[in-house]
Amino acid sequence: MTLAIAVALLTGVGTFLIVRGGAVRLILGFILLGHAANLIIIAAGGTFRREAPLVDGGAVLDTMADPLPQAFVLTAIVITFGVTVYLLSLVARTAKQASKVDSRDEASGEAHDD
Amino acid sequence: MTDVSFLSTWALPVVFIGPLTAAVITFVLGARWASRLIGLLVPVMVFVIAVLLVLATIDGQVVVSQIAGWPGGVSIAFVGDLFSALMLGATAVLVFTSLVFAYAAGLGMDRWFVPAVSIMTAGVYGAYITGDLFNLFVMVEVALLPSYILMSRSGTLTALRSARLYLIVNLTASTLFLAGLGLVYGVTGTVNIAALAGLGVLPVVGIATGVIMIALMLKAALVPAHSWLPATYPYTSPAVTALFSGLLTKIGAYAIVRIIAVIYEPGQLITVIVIVVCVLSMIVGVLGALGEGTIRGTLTFQMVSGMGYILVGVVLAGAVGMAAVVFYLIHHMIVMTSLFLTGGTVEHEEGTGIIRRLGGLARAHPVASFAFMLGALSLVGLPPFSGFWAKLGVLTAAVDAGAAIVVVVVLVVSVGTLISMLKLGTGVFWGASKGERKDEQTPSDVTVVSVGAGATGTAIDVAAAVEAPPVTRWRPLLVIPGLALALLSLAIGIFPEWLLSLTQTAGESLADPTAYVTAVLGGDS
Repeated sequence: MTLAIAVALLTGVGTFLIVRGGAVRLILGFILLGHAANLIIIAAGGTFRREAPLVDGGAVLDTMADPLPQAFVLTAIVITFGVTVYLLSLVARTAKQASKVDSRDEASGEAHDD
Repeated sequence: MTDVSFLSTWALPVVFIGPLTAAVITFVLGARWASRLIGLLVPVMVFVIAVLLVLATIDGQVVVSQIAGWPGGVSIAFVGDLFSALMLGATAVLVFTSLVFAYAAGLGMDRWFVPAVSIMTAGVYGAYITGDLFNLFVMVEVALLPSYILMSRSGTLTALRSARLYLIVNLTASTLFLAGLGLVYGVTGTVNIAALAGLGVLPVVGIATGVIMIALMLKAALVPAHSWLPATYPYTSPAVTALFSGLLTKIGAYAIVRIIAVIYEPGQLITVIVIVVCVLSMIVGVLGALGEGTIRGTLTFQMVSGMGYILVGVVLAGAVGMAAVVFYLIHHMIVMTSLFLTGGTVEHEEGTGIIRRLGGLARAHPVASFAFMLGALSLVGLPPFSGFWAKLGVLTAAVDAGAAIVVVVVLVVSVGTLISMLKLGTGVFWGASKGERKDEQTPSDVTVVSVGAGATGTAIDVAAAVEAPPVTRWRPLLVIPGLALALLSLAIGIFPEWLLSLTQTAGESLADPTAYVTAVLGGDS
C-alpha cells in the first residue's frame, strides 16, 4: 500500500510538473516519473519477501526476495540517469543558443518569429 | 532441417555486438576514411548474416541463441525467425545506402557520426532479435541515445529545439514502457515474450501489456500519438532524417506486431482498437501531408499514414494479414528512405526544402527527378512497384476479414497519397521553375536556421551545409542511394514472388507462434 501511494504521488506530482512547463520543472517531473516506474517494478517483485536470495545460505522460495526486478531497476536507473544528463545539457545548450540569437537580433534590429 | 548451430552460437549475438565494437573502434580512429569504411562494412556483415538467417528460417524454423548457455525460459534469448531475418536484411540495406548519402553530404567528417550511427543500428538490430520485453526496452534505449546526439548534432537553434522535443517524447514513451514492464512482471512473473504467449486473454495481462503498447504506439508515431514526428524529423540534417525514417519508428512497428502476434489472441477488443488507430493514422497522415509546405514535412506525414497501412493487417485474417504486414513494412521502409534521400539531394543541391521556393528541377536534376517519380509511384501503390503488391496484400486481408471500412479507407487514402505526391512532384520537379517566382520571399524556420548557423565551434554545421553550397566532393553519390532504393522497390514489384513467398511464411509463423514459443522455451542451446 505504501508503495502504491508513493507511485501515485510521484506520478501525480511528476505529471503536474511536466504540464506546468519550464525546463527545470520538466526535468524534475521526468525524474519523478522515472522513480514512479522504478517503484512499480520493485512492487512487482513483491516486497513481503525480504530474505537474501542465496540458496546456499538456506533461503527458501517463500521468503527470499526476487532479484530480477532489482536488476531491472538498476538498469533502468542508469538509462534514465544518462538520458536526464543529456536532456539537461540540451536544455542548457538551447537556452545559450537562443540568447545568442536574441542578442544578434537586437544588434541588427531584426525581428524573428520563432 | 539445416544445420543452424553456427547461427545460434555466434551469428545472432554478432548482429548486436558487431556494430557496438565498430562504434568503439571508429570512435578511437576518429574521422578518417578507415572509420567511414568500417561504418559501411558493418551493415554489409549484418546483411550477410540476415541472408543466412533467412535461408535457415525459410521453412518456418526458429533460430534461438540462449545467451551464455542458460536454459530456455531463464536465459535472455536472441531469437531469429523469418520476420526478424527479413527486418535485419532490409535495415542493413537502408543503413548502407543512408550512410553513402551521409558521406556524400559531408557528415562523415564529424567524428561522432559513424560511432553514433553504429550504436544506433546495434540497438535496432538488437530489438529485432531480442526475445525479451525488458531487453527490448534496453535495445530501444540503445538505439535512441545516439539518435538524440544525431538529432542535435548540428547545434543550430531549430535542431536543438526539435531534439529537445524528440527527447521529451521518447522519454515519456520509455517511462511508460518501464511502468508497463513492471506491471507485466507483477502479474505474470516473467517478461519473456515467448513465456507470455497467449496470456493477453487474461484481462490483467492484457491491460499491463497494453501500457507497453501505448508506449510503442508513441514510438511508432501512430495517431493520436503522432504529432511529434512532423515536428522533429524535418529539422535535422536530411541524411539523419532518412536514416531515422527507416529505422526508429519501425522498431515500434516491429514490436507492436511481435507483441500482438505472440501475446494477444485475435478476436479481442484489440482488433477494434488496432483498426480504429490504423484507419485514423492513414487519414490524418495523408491530410497532414496535403497541408505541408516542405519536402520532408510532407514525407513525415506520409510516414504516419504508412504506419496505419503497415499495422492494420496485424488483426486481419490471420496469416494473410500478417504476411501483408511484413511485406508492407519492408516495402515502406525502402520507399520512404528512398524518398527522403531523393528529397535530401534536392535540399543539399538547392539549399532549401520549402516547396514554394523550388520548382522546375526536373531539368537541372533529371536523375533525382526520376528517382522521386519512381518512389512516389511506389508509395501511391501503382503497378509495377512494390507498393502495388503491398497494398494488394492489405486489401486482400481486409476483404478476407470482411473489414469493409479498411477496404474503403485504404482506397480513398491512396487517392490522397497520390494528390499529395503530385503536389510535391509538381512543386519541386515539374512545375514552374523558381526563377519565375523568386520575388515571393517568405520568412520561415529555415531563415531562423541560417541565423543560428555558424555559432557552433567544432560541430559540423548541417544547416549551414544545407543553406550554403554543398560540401559534396562527388555529387552523383548524393542521388545514387535514393535511386538505388527506388529501383529496388521497382525490382521487388516486377519480381514479387520471392518476397511474397517469404512474407507468407513469415506471416504464417506470426499467426501461429507455436514454433517460436517452443524454440525459445524448450529449445536446446
